[in-house]
Amino acid sequence: MKKVIFILCLLLPMVAIAAGGSKYPLDKAEYDLTDKSSLQSGAQTFMNYCLGCHQMQYQRYQRTFEDLGIPVDLGQENLQFTGTKPGDHIKNAMPTESGAKWFGAPPPDLTLTGRVRGADWLYTYLRTFYAEEGTTFGVNNLVFANVGMPHVLQELQGVPSKTYEKMLVDGEMVDRYVGIKADGSGQLSAVEYDKAVLDLVNYLVYVGEPSRLQSENIGRWVMMFLLVLFVLVYLLKKDYWRDVH
Amino acid sequence: MLKNLMDWVEYRLPIMRVANQHAIQYPAPRNMNVWYMFGFLATIVLVNQIVTGIWLTMSYTPTAEEAFASVEYIMRDVEYGYILRYMHSTGASAFFIVIYLHMFRGMIYGSYQKPRELLWLFGMFIYLALMAEAFMGYVLPWGQMSYWGAQVIVSLFSAIPVIGPDLVIWIQGDYVISGATLNRFFALHVIALPLVIVILVFLHIVALHEVGSNNPDGTDVKRKKGSLSEDEKTKYKIHEYYTSKYDIIDDIVPFFPHIVLKDLVGFCIFLLGFCYIMFFVPEMGGYFLEAPNFEIANPLKTPEHIFPVWYFTPFYAILKAVPHKLGGVIAMFSAIICLALLPWVDRGKVKSWRYRCGLHTWNLLTFAAVFIFLGYLGGTPQEAWKITASQIATIMYFGFFVLLFIYSKNERTIPVPARITE
Repeated sequence: MKKVIFILCLLLPMVAIAAGGSKYPLDKAEYDLTDKSSLQSGAQTFMNYCLGCHQMQYQRYQRTFEDLGIPVDLGQENLQFTGTKPGDHIKNAMPTESGAKWFGAPPPDLTLTGRVRGADWLYTYLRTFYAEEGTTFGVNNLVFANVGMPHVLQELQGVPSKTYEKMLVDGEMVDRYVGIKADGSGQLSAVEYDKAVLDLVNYLVYVGEPSRLQSENIGRWVMMFLLVLFVLVYLLKKDYWRDVH
Repeated sequence: MLKNLMDWVEYRLPIMRVANQHAIQYPAPRNMNVWYMFGFLATIVLVNQIVTGIWLTMSYTPTAEEAFASVEYIMRDVEYGYILRYMHSTGASAFFIVIYLHMFRGMIYGSYQKPRELLWLFGMFIYLALMAEAFMGYVLPWGQMSYWGAQVIVSLFSAIPVIGPDLVIWIQGDYVISGATLNRFFALHVIALPLVIVILVFLHIVALHEVGSNNPDGTDVKRKKGSLSEDEKTKYKIHEYYTSKYDIIDDIVPFFPHIVLKDLVGFCIFLLGFCYIMFFVPEMGGYFLEAPNFEIANPLKTPEHIFPVWYFTPFYAILKAVPHKLGGVIAMFSAIICLALLPWVDRGKVKSWRYRCGLHTWNLLTFAAVFIFLGYLGGTPQEAWKITASQIATIMYFGFFVLLFIYSKNERTIPVPARITE
């Protein structure tokens, strides 16, 4: 047993390297932080499918409701399942040790994942699960190979699998990989699923930096003020330097 | 009434005398160009760092358990906390941008030459203190890069023979980088080093005002007492501290308001860039805030690539260029020591590159290019060709000083004009 643990410990850094080093081409996530209905739908997906394992321990419900334009009572009713107060952080009840035991590593906190991984990575990752025999959860992922996470959105997407088409190459019939397709057992169509994932990514990006829009609003005023100040200071400087030379 | 009060104070505390001597009636060459703004800008950024730093300290918790969460608390729950944090993080990078430009100004116009050697040395000490300050500040958010960056830098000391390993434990205050390390880095970052920097800046300015400002021509505006006719002397009111020792030629303007206004124009342009980054792209594409640092420090998970922040990458490239650990550390510190010794490496008598040989101009520009190239090499993932490239660039970095030492002895220079030209 000890030997197994020792070998697993040796392998851990390799898994970490595999996790970061994927070269899979990422799809562009055209998210929009000003689209409140998209953010609300993303929040709903998160609370329903992700929060069971992943926390957002630095973000509060109330702040989220306010920024997303959700009345607090409605938010509590529809998005807050754990019987907590609006001022509480978005946490779940899963002990870290159990998470580590069940998934190999504790499911990471998702507050800042939008900033660590980037929107494109998340958008592609959540859309590239595929069924594979012999894995712990029956699925693998193109962006994050051998990821220790089940395909929690399978209920929405259906069972995705790698699809191939027969093609004639140099007179021989070969199977060419054409992408991942769901079997149609999910609640959403392919287009709807992409949209649901995009909304979720939008929400994750928002939580990564909830002050983004406010920052840009203030920034615009500051830039305008500085332009005016620049003109005034420049004229003043010119006036004082008129007699020099 | 007010006049009486001011006299009462002035009799006991020389406010006006100091203001007159060091600002209102301080003689500044009138041809100081854009390159001369960066000292002023560095002072502004220093003030920004201190003020925002004080407010950040009010909500930051320097423990391994709480540090990361307290930074996110500042970003989310503290009113305008995200602005304070971005002012501070953007300020750190801005500090190095203006300092590097300020140093390069000193190099191209020979501002380190006699009689400004000590002034240059104080500047180099500020630069060293600033690097320590920035390094320790980067550890405080306790993200992945904070932790592993600290790991890499602190372990450099283990290369020192005999005492190395013990020294590392002494610095860390633990057998590994831990909460104890974070605690002491916090103390050094918020009290010890800022104090050192402020004192050094004070000395830097006192030394500057004692010898006077250089200018793009390198022509001295102070002449021997009694050597100038009344017509040739400046018409501006200059403090008697200067006029009692020298005749000041008619090529100067008072620091206030002339130079201050010029600096303020530069300040507005600087602020436009600074605020744009701060409000719109605070991560600056991962250069000012690295993505892995948004993940809490995890001693069991090494990031795929460990880079220092951009302002350290040229020295990091030099470190990695030498295949021997101790050799790399020595090379890295030598790179900074060589800069500090510039006043003695350069044996030339002419200051500004305008009147020095063509080789000097070429040498300076190559040096700047090599420095930037080293920064690129040290800040991007390791590849085979980059090892050779960084070795060549390292040789070229030191080559600058060797060449300068050789050609500056008997250099063919252009006569320096007696008066400021523009």
